[in-house]
Amino acid sequence: MNKTVDILRKHTMKIILVLIVIFFSVTTKGQMFAPSSFQALIAQNAYVFVLATGMLMCMLTGGNIDLSVGSFVCFVGAIGGMLMVKAQMSVPAAMLLMIGAGVIYGIVEGFLIAYLNIPPWIATLAGYLAFRGWGTALIGGSSIAPMPESFTKMFNGSVPDFFGGSSMNITCLVVGVIVCVVFVLLQIKGRNDKVKKGYETESMTGVIVRCVLVCAVILLFAYKLAQANGIPNNLIWVAVIVMIYSFITEKTTVGRYFYTIGGNVEATRLSGIDTKKIFFLAYLNMAVLTVISAWMTMARLSAATATAGNNYEMDAISACVVGGVSAYGGSGTVFGMVIGAALIGVINLGMSLMGIDANWQMVVKGMVLLAAVVFEILNNKDKTKE
Amino acid sequence: MAKILLEMKNITKTFPGVKALDNVNLKVEEGEIHALVGENGAGKSTLMNVLSGIYPYGTYEGDIVYNGEVCQFNKIKDSEEKGIVIIHQELALVPYMSIGENMFLGNERGKSAAIDWNETYGEADKYLKMVGLSESSKVLVKDIGTGKQQLVEIAKALAKHAKLLILDEPTSSLNEKDSQALLDLMLKFKKEGMTSIIISHKLNEVAYVADKITVIRDGSTIETMDKHTTEISEDRIIKGMVGREITDRFPKRHDVKIGDVNMEVKNWTVHHPLYPERKVCDNVSIKVRKGEVIGVSGLMGAGRTELAMSIFGQSYGTNISGQLFLDGKEVQLKNVKQAIKNKLAYVTEDRKGNGLVLTNPIKINTTLANLDSISPHKIIDKDKEYQVAEEYRKKLKTKCSTVEQNVGNLSGGNQQKVLLAKWMFADPDVLILDEPTRGIDVGAKYEIYCIINDLVAAGKSVVMISSELPEVLGMSDRIYVMNEGRIAGELSAEEASQEKIMSIIVNSGKGA
Repeated sequence: MNKTVDILRKHTMKIILVLIVIFFSVTTKGQMFAPSSFQALIAQNAYVFVLATGMLMCMLTGGNIDLSVGSFVCFVGAIGGMLMVKAQMSVPAAMLLMIGAGVIYGIVEGFLIAYLNIPPWIATLAGYLAFRGWGTALIGGSSIAPMPESFTKMFNGSVPDFFGGSSMNITCLVVGVIVCVVFVLLQIKGRNDKVKKGYETESMTGVIVRCVLVCAVILLFAYKLAQANGIPNNLIWVAVIVMIYSFITEKTTVGRYFYTIGGNVEATRLSGIDTKKIFFLAYLNMAVLTVISAWMTMARLSAATATAGNNYEMDAISACVVGGVSAYGGSGTVFGMVIGAALIGVINLGMSLMGIDANWQMVVKGMVLLAAVVFEILNNKDKTKE
Repeated sequence: MAKILLEMKNITKTFPGVKALDNVNLKVEEGEIHALVGENGAGKSTLMNVLSGIYPYGTYEGDIVYNGEVCQFNKIKDSEEKGIVIIHQELALVPYMSIGENMFLGNERGKSAAIDWNETYGEADKYLKMVGLSESSKVLVKDIGTGKQQLVEIAKALAKHAKLLILDEPTSSLNEKDSQALLDLMLKFKKEGMTSIIISHKLNEVAYVADKITVIRDGSTIETMDKHTTEISEDRIIKGMVGREITDRFPKRHDVKIGDVNMEVKNWTVHHPLYPERKVCDNVSIKVRKGEVIGVSGLMGAGRTELAMSIFGQSYGTNISGQLFLDGKEVQLKNVKQAIKNKLAYVTEDRKGNGLVLTNPIKINTTLANLDSISPHKIIDKDKEYQVAEEYRKKLKTKCSTVEQNVGNLSGGNQQKVLLAKWMFADPDVLILDEPTRGIDVGAKYEIYCIINDLVAAGKSVVMISSELPEVLGMSDRIYVMNEGRIAGELSAEEASQEKIMSIIVNSGKGA
């Protein structure tokens, strides 16, 4: 009995995600499972995953957020549009300059927050206002378009099918199977290592259940995407970024310091760690990831627009909070954030498919966010009582 | 026999999986000072939380009989209305409010819509006088010292018309002088008919002030001793608390060879970070040899912690001047990282505030100060981390279910062990321990002393800052006495005594 409760508690968000998917597949009469829905889910939400990864790193350091990311998406987009469309600059050079702009902004922002001790929400509020205005001014009218095709394809395109399947993209299926095999092998290896060293291990059933479920999800995606256009390039960008940051947060010393600073800054500082540098890195990193998500946004619209990036900061923060990242810092994982972002993405998509008015969609999203925080706090309260 | 004011009968309180209190009985007579002693986690605070209604009626078994009637408190306000007021160990004052505002917080004077400030401050001054404070009640709480803050807490309790005053570790953050004043105040109140319960780890204080002493161990009452009918000695109380006789509270060091000077500080002067004209440490020179424990004694605010932290990579203070020699070579330590690299460690007095990451597991805390050593190419070797944490858990006998357990869930003594483990793993030659046994129970203290002995036996040097004189006397090879930022005297272990240390402090104060 207790064990069931434990498992439920640990996987609540995943279970809710499944329930919501089922709910929408019923209300949309199966449209939710159409191949185009899978594609849309990735295309429309890729930017959230990237931004939320950066936001996660900021939030870990003590619930610090960056309000300026949405406006910066607009600003960097404006620069990119001017370089690529108006100045006809080569795409790689323009992208490099955009990254450069991100690095410069990240350094300034990081310096203000880490070394001048300006509260993050104030420092980034300034960026929120300034970059929206600046970006809009640079764009001049409503948008700069169209973007060069070589640029948009990097994100909107898909991996070509090397096997030349006619109705199905066979590459996509093969990659799906390979990912499953690698996942299962890693799980088994991890468990064997633990057994060998005599550490506490989870039951074999647990491992099998996890493998079956994860593989089912991966294969479902592979199958559905194969019926559409194959593996979207956006998915590859997101997967690579998520994997890099999972590694950083779980395995590296720098990643560890993000957590300990969130838990206790003074203790971390007195352990010989340069805490200011970590704060600095959090915001520098955020700005660079913001540029990547700006690319995604521009590519999707094939334009730099004045409204690009509207409310993106809120999407990123919501994804983190729904994904169990503590609003006070010190806890949260990349994987949790991914679940949170997916949950919001599914709700968005489902409601759009149902034809719900955009205003009501926002009401629902607000409720979901609040519910997630309340749930998190009640859950933690129970834990401390024990 | 005087009237029984409070009787707690067969109190049993269970938390999921743990019986925190098991059939506890406590009788408190009107007009007496009753002490509750016991190791950390014995159940003293739980018992007081039951009494004050923090754990409401119905969540425990047994009866509380107060003033002849059975009470059913649902919240703190209920017990306060009856005159039962608790003063908690961690002071609950708002620093940026005045003494008067704090005193009537939640109990405001005047009408419900408008506070009557004249009445507030007038009444506040009256109660301040009763506890012997001359400050105006308009002074902000942050501007008075901890000793005075404790008195404000007591005045606040009086303002609630307390008939039964409960003090939880009232002197844990006070120096000897302020502690003495507080205890005398308790005795004065007793003469005026007040009944008090005091929870304390400091047995000499308990023996001084209490009429009766109840010992709690593992959630049960062991015995109640009456000072007027039986002879009460500290050893007797300790025996009751730990269930065994500790023949020696300080373990002996055998044949530890004292070697060359390991760390020397010369003419060290530190200025206050916010008021740079103020000298916090003034021309301090100390040295410690290999295999030696030196004690640094002094009153609160003498500049001991500031000295230690300024030596430790300038983590405190500005305009630091003076020379620091480690192992014979002069070094300049600009930050904590350099200090650790030069084999210096500072174990803070504030383990929760700036020592440990309470929300993280033991293993993460253990390796934090030396994470690079188990992280080839900056990638953490988690197996090694686990092994290191296990090794120190065994070595220091830390009580926990696994090293994956969060430090916040450990008792004070075990937290202190994790903190020590963290700094031992940083492999220092000189350890500065700031109040290493503050707020931990007698059994754990003994174990910490043993760890200190092991450290010096291995050729390390230990600088122990402590406000507890018996500890300084019992553990040190040499003692520095600090007062007002200066070294006021130096004593060898043979010549030192509590009286000598206090007289050095008092005399240096007069000279200034």
